[in-house]
Amino acid sequence: MGLMSRSAAGIYAARLQRGMATRWREWGELAIQGLLLFAAMVSVFTTLGIVAVLVIEAVPFFQQVSLIEFLTDPQWTPLFAQKHFGILPLVAGTFLTSAVALALAMPVGLLSAIYLSEYAPARVRAILKPALEVLAGIPTVVYGYFALLFVTPLLKRVIPDLETFNALSAGLTMGIMIIPLISSLSEDALYAVPGSLREAAYALGATRLEVALRVVIPAALSGIVASFILAASRAIGETMIVAIAAGQRPILTLDPRRAIETMTAYIVQVSLGDTPHGTLEFRTIFAVGLVLFLLTLVFNLIALRIIERYREVYR
Amino acid sequence: MEEIVLETQNLTVYYNGRPAIEGISLRIPRRRITAIIGPSGCGKSTLLRCFNRMNDLIPSARVTGRVLFEGVDLYGPDVDVVEVRRRIGMVFQKPNPFPKSIYENVAFGPRIQGIRDRRRLDEIVERCLRAAALWDEVKDKLHQNALTLSGGQQQRLCIARALATEPEVLLMDEPASALDPIATMKIEDLMRELAREYTIVIVTHNMQQAARVSDYTAFMLAGEDRVGRLIEFGPTQQIFTRPRDRRTEDYITGRFG
Amino acid sequence: MERRQRREMAGKVFEAVALAATVFGLVVLAMLLFDVARRGLGVLSWSFFTSYPSRFPEQAGIRSALLGTIWVMALTALFAVPLGVAAAIYLEEYAPRNRLTRFIELNINNLAGVPSIIYGLLGLELFVRGLKLERSILAGALTLSLLILPILIAASREALRAVPMSLREAAFALGATRWQVIRHQVLPVAFPGILTGMILALSRAIGETAPLITIGALTFIAFDPRGPLDKFTVLPIQIFNWVSRPQAGFHARAAGAILVLLAVLLSMNGLAIYLRYRLQRRYQW
Repeated sequence: MGLMSRSAAGIYAARLQRGMATRWREWGELAIQGLLLFAAMVSVFTTLGIVAVLVIEAVPFFQQVSLIEFLTDPQWTPLFAQKHFGILPLVAGTFLTSAVALALAMPVGLLSAIYLSEYAPARVRAILKPALEVLAGIPTVVYGYFALLFVTPLLKRVIPDLETFNALSAGLTMGIMIIPLISSLSEDALYAVPGSLREAAYALGATRLEVALRVVIPAALSGIVASFILAASRAIGETMIVAIAAGQRPILTLDPRRAIETMTAYIVQVSLGDTPHGTLEFRTIFAVGLVLFLLTLVFNLIALRIIERYREVYR
Repeated sequence: MEEIVLETQNLTVYYNGRPAIEGISLRIPRRRITAIIGPSGCGKSTLLRCFNRMNDLIPSARVTGRVLFEGVDLYGPDVDVVEVRRRIGMVFQKPNPFPKSIYENVAFGPRIQGIRDRRRLDEIVERCLRAAALWDEVKDKLHQNALTLSGGQQQRLCIARALATEPEVLLMDEPASALDPIATMKIEDLMRELAREYTIVIVTHNMQQAARVSDYTAFMLAGEDRVGRLIEFGPTQQIFTRPRDRRTEDYITGRFG
Repeated sequence: MERRQRREMAGKVFEAVALAATVFGLVVLAMLLFDVARRGLGVLSWSFFTSYPSRFPEQAGIRSALLGTIWVMALTALFAVPLGVAAAIYLEEYAPRNRLTRFIELNINNLAGVPSIIYGLLGLELFVRGLKLERSILAGALTLSLLILPILIAASREALRAVPMSLREAAFALGATRWQVIRHQVLPVAFPGILTGMILALSRAIGETAPLITIGALTFIAFDPRGPLDKFTVLPIQIFNWVSRPQAGFHARAAGAILVLLAVLLSMNGLAIYLRYRLQRRYQW
């Protein structure tokens, strides 16, 4: 069988020791591992890069505009002769569109999740679930088109004094876009509730609705909350829909029929304009970006924390 | 007097700081088949995986004591793990051929050792498939996907694949547990054949199999503390006819496990 | 008994409402598609694909935008795929369970939720100005690469995780080094999954508008981009530009461009599904 005699066993055994070839090979392996680690670290560098860019550009901005003015001045007019740098109108605009979006997406998304996980027959589920995912895959610029050219004219028939650019249409369209985010994450949470819990409730004579409302939802609550928070973060950061349909008028209002401006839309407005780089006016987008980044960061971290915890519970 | 190839001295393996097997001292003779038997959960596979340091792949595993191969401690500071695994081959419980051709399965070991010469590879593939009693069944379809073979053929292919790195020892972890009786018989015949050239250590929960094929038998058992220990080791004949330990006798007569 | 009936009634009503909520999104989707088709089908002609943008709606086409999209996507795939797959390999096959690994994973999860326009600000400072790439295709592709990296990593990790452990063990037991195991056994098996993830990640990038606006991609390009350092526009920006005009003629052009974009997305997704079923072998072990 082509095997050599093994009388001199010691000679073979000696070959187990790492020789020069082994060391070369180990260096190669280590180099590959280093390269792969570097690739994984790119995400860390990206985060650092984002923070650095925002801070480096925002610092000179805050040397000229006090933080107090930035946070409390009720006017935002950096591109006008009479300059005001109060971010409140942009924040209000962002929260207004996000609130409209969530008011639509939270109930609809959660109801879809309940239907898909508790009611839908397997075959219906197999069709509806991927169909809902399609909504999440449509580019936001397409939703912007839809909000401006379809939703707004439609709503104008019901609300005659709706402005052409308004927070309502943009918010509702954004809500449609984030329905799949809420429904799929919530469904994961509902699905993770052990079947034994449901069976126990059925055994006590509960109807399907009672099981869903009193047993499954409370048990999945943290996951549902996480999906809401992630949806809120997504709405705050959404850009194209509001840039197209919500307007470019930074005013402090809670009236969704009016044109407003969100933080993201303002960044787009400046990017499209001819404001020279390095000026105070241009730096505003980094100050606004910093606020936007910090807001979404907090939301994301809270949601990730909640998800991590409930995954541990049912693991 | 048998020549000893593998020897463990006071071997203990911890998973997450908890011992799984403890204080195992065992000597495996050259060109013999040694069976490790015992009820499930007694640490048979854990012990087997110490012989080619497969436990290294489990991050939480820690090994104390010594495992000597040809007198060299496998867990010594300057030992090349890759070389250890080439010299001590392993066959697993479920056949796990690579999803590639039959030829490529066997050629993988030599290839990663740097053998590129096609004729030499052809020669190795044929020799190993013959040694694994598979050549006649597959010689016309060497480039067909290995997953098209039957379970028994797949397992013999895995044996051929292990032989291709020219090991001295073959470790077999319940190699026939996923196979039907006829395929099992073929594997057992093959093992007897291979024992003329190789040292074989087989883990099995099938006592008849141990009695049929092995020369030596080690019986392991986990106590109340769920830590596996070696209860008895000796010639298979003696273990099955005149066990010294009461627990061995209980096990082989089917009183538990 | 009446109470029992009321409870059942409530259950029926609730189920109907929940079903309506599920279907609601799909109805809106249908309306959206209908509106886009109604407005946009008429403009689809050969000249729509071969013409540059124009002041006159009836002459405006998507030639430069489509070419820009192809350029940006090709380069994005070139940068993002190796990086994403490498990062996924590290995290699945090498990373020890320690604080660095957890930190990297937290970073990736968080980056997946960072608004895309923030990536635009990063790209503007880092690539456009820092590396002096100007408003080029290259700067756009690098920005989008960072944007889709978290998606790629997640998809590749899933594909790697689906490779059975027994395959790795078999290769290790033959004396393969970790990289040999990955290179020769794990990657080929994970390949279809990685490819699917790659296509889905790119289909996210292809619809992105905001970060490219921020780095200064132009809205009016009347020439063919010829190299990675050329100025460019992409389909979504062209759509944004046309939607923002008051003339109905441009709105029709926007709808036409949306149809093209959706068709590209649909075929990418179709390809991903096809590849998943076609290439993925079923392992019985």
